[in-house]
Amino acid sequence: MRHILVLLAVILMAKLTVAQTVEVCKTCPISTLKDGIAQAKDFDTIVVKKGTYKEHNVLVNKPLTIIGENYPVIDGELKGEIITVTSDNVTVDGLFIINVGNSYTADYAAIRVKNSKNFLIQNLVLEKLFFGIYIEKSRDGKVFHNKIIGEAVEEYNSGNGIQLWYSRNVQIEHNFVQHVRDGIYLEFSNDCVIKNNVSALNVRYGLHFMFSNDDSYEDNTFENNGAGVAVMFSKRIQMFNNIFKENWGTASYGLLLKEINDAEIVGNTFENNTIGINIEGSNRINYKHNTFSNNGWAIKVKGACYTNIFTENNFLYNSFDIAYNSKVNDNEFDKNYWSSYTGYDLDKNGIGDIPYRPVKLFSYIVNRTPETIILLRSMFIDIIDFSEKVSPVFTPDDLLDNNPQIKKLTW
Amino acid sequence: MRSRWSYVYFAFYLLLGVVLLFLNNDLSKAVITLMNVIIVLVPLIGTIFGVMYYYNSQEFTELLLAQPIKRSSIFLGQYLGVALSLSMSLILGLGIPFVFYGLFESSAIWDFSLLLITGTFLTLIFTALAFNIALSNENKIKGFGYAILLWLFLAVIYDGLFLMTLILFEDYPLDKVSLIGTMLNPIDLSRTLILLKLDISALLGYTGAVFKQFFGTSFGLIVSFVMLTIWVVMPVLRIVFKSKKKDF
Repeated sequence: MRHILVLLAVILMAKLTVAQTVEVCKTCPISTLKDGIAQAKDFDTIVVKKGTYKEHNVLVNKPLTIIGENYPVIDGELKGEIITVTSDNVTVDGLFIINVGNSYTADYAAIRVKNSKNFLIQNLVLEKLFFGIYIEKSRDGKVFHNKIIGEAVEEYNSGNGIQLWYSRNVQIEHNFVQHVRDGIYLEFSNDCVIKNNVSALNVRYGLHFMFSNDDSYEDNTFENNGAGVAVMFSKRIQMFNNIFKENWGTASYGLLLKEINDAEIVGNTFENNTIGINIEGSNRINYKHNTFSNNGWAIKVKGACYTNIFTENNFLYNSFDIAYNSKVNDNEFDKNYWSSYTGYDLDKNGIGDIPYRPVKLFSYIVNRTPETIILLRSMFIDIIDFSEKVSPVFTPDDLLDNNPQIKKLTW
Repeated sequence: MRSRWSYVYFAFYLLLGVVLLFLNNDLSKAVITLMNVIIVLVPLIGTIFGVMYYYNSQEFTELLLAQPIKRSSIFLGQYLGVALSLSMSLILGLGIPFVFYGLFESSAIWDFSLLLITGTFLTLIFTALAFNIALSNENKIKGFGYAILLWLFLAVIYDGLFLMTLILFEDYPLDKVSLIGTMLNPIDLSRTLILLKLDISALLGYTGAVFKQFFGTSFGLIVSFVMLTIWVVMPVLRIVFKSKKKDF
């Protein structure tokens, strides 16, 4: 008898606590997502069946799991924000959200997470958007496997793909962002991890940090953006194994560092960018195991950069390896491989016997008079570069790689 | 032309191609090195061969002139003989090792064909210029001197003056000036053409609108080829004109 009572009690409790499933479809009793949310209790699951739902200003104010089956379309009809999450523990999964309203005064997003914890946004497809996923004053969340394709043309009237504002500890992984203003944008957001994303063809930056500390980004690909990644006014950012390629144009960089301190840049590939890395006012950064190939400028140092250490990088066939605009140097170059190194290695220890000077006189001239770029690779330029190499006058004379590698480095 | 010099020239390029590929093991780097060779050596060899051939065959030419043959066809024939055999040596000499190395499977094929095309243009231009110099100078030493000077001027000195001008007038908008300056020198023009392929990312670093239009689109390529063609046609016309009037 006691056993049966216990069993009954357990079943009853289970019945009370187990989440219900609320179904939303065009022919169901509940035919809109808004109704579904209104009907659901805390920790319920809402399953949205295939179909088109014309809704905007959907407020998720209780801990719910919203799952779309076969990508139901939530069409905002350009009327404003589509989904706003204000509760903790919300999951949104598998929706196709289109037609976010455009505005010059409000940042309408396809999905906004506001003051929330433990959220999970995954498998969404966003199109025709203003802002995509907007995480605001939230923490401990995940943004996985989303596909965001915008139609941005100009900076002033477009929004960002994934934006974090005053957020902490958010993981952004396996997202695919195209044709927006900034692919991923972090402002005042700390301890975030950005991994395995592809950010391409964006109007401004593939990834953009502002006043965000202790973040890391790894294994991402940034291709064909206005500029690949801009890291500004941030501390202790880790940048590992990313690919920056084909960021072409007059003000285009693979990576832009401005006022960055104590960062690690390891194992990245910079390929076919106008400028691989543009450094301004950045200190104590370690550059290691990066490959710079076929860039216009592999690294352009714009001043106020101290104690940066470049070791064991490959510099392959860049038009200019390093450009400096001053004669002062406090940065260290050591054990790199430079494809334009012409020295010899008599003792066969794999290290060139004469130091390599990565800054050419011509890069100094181009800095001064940009039009002279048209004389690149001319024989006259080779001659003056050679004479500068023999006795440096215009370029920092202590800027040397004392241990240039003879063979390309592999790790 | 059954000149053994063109065989020597052919052998030189063959050797160069083989050595470059053997040492570099990388097609795209070899193309960069080749560019340096083409914009410096090809004009030099074209100039020297042109002058040399003209002076060598001067007596035979005078004999031919006694025959009822049109003057323009004699001189044009000589010019084309030298220029085309030099171009063939260049194309075959460099082409053969690269083809064996697997050029057709490589993405560098367009860069490489562009190199050969500009090389051919440069040969045609500088041989024509050399013929002009030789036609105008009876004195061999003088002719050789002028020819070498011409090469030195276009290959090195011109760029030096150009650079000085750009730096002196750096306060003014210079993008048009620099493009025009390039157009006026066939060596610079060929260099720019090749740069359009190799260093486009660096070239796009400059903000001038004229530059952007030139380098960012195929406009630059077309204009450069038109200019190169003009550079061939002008001296050839002068050969025809000069040879008609010249008193032997």
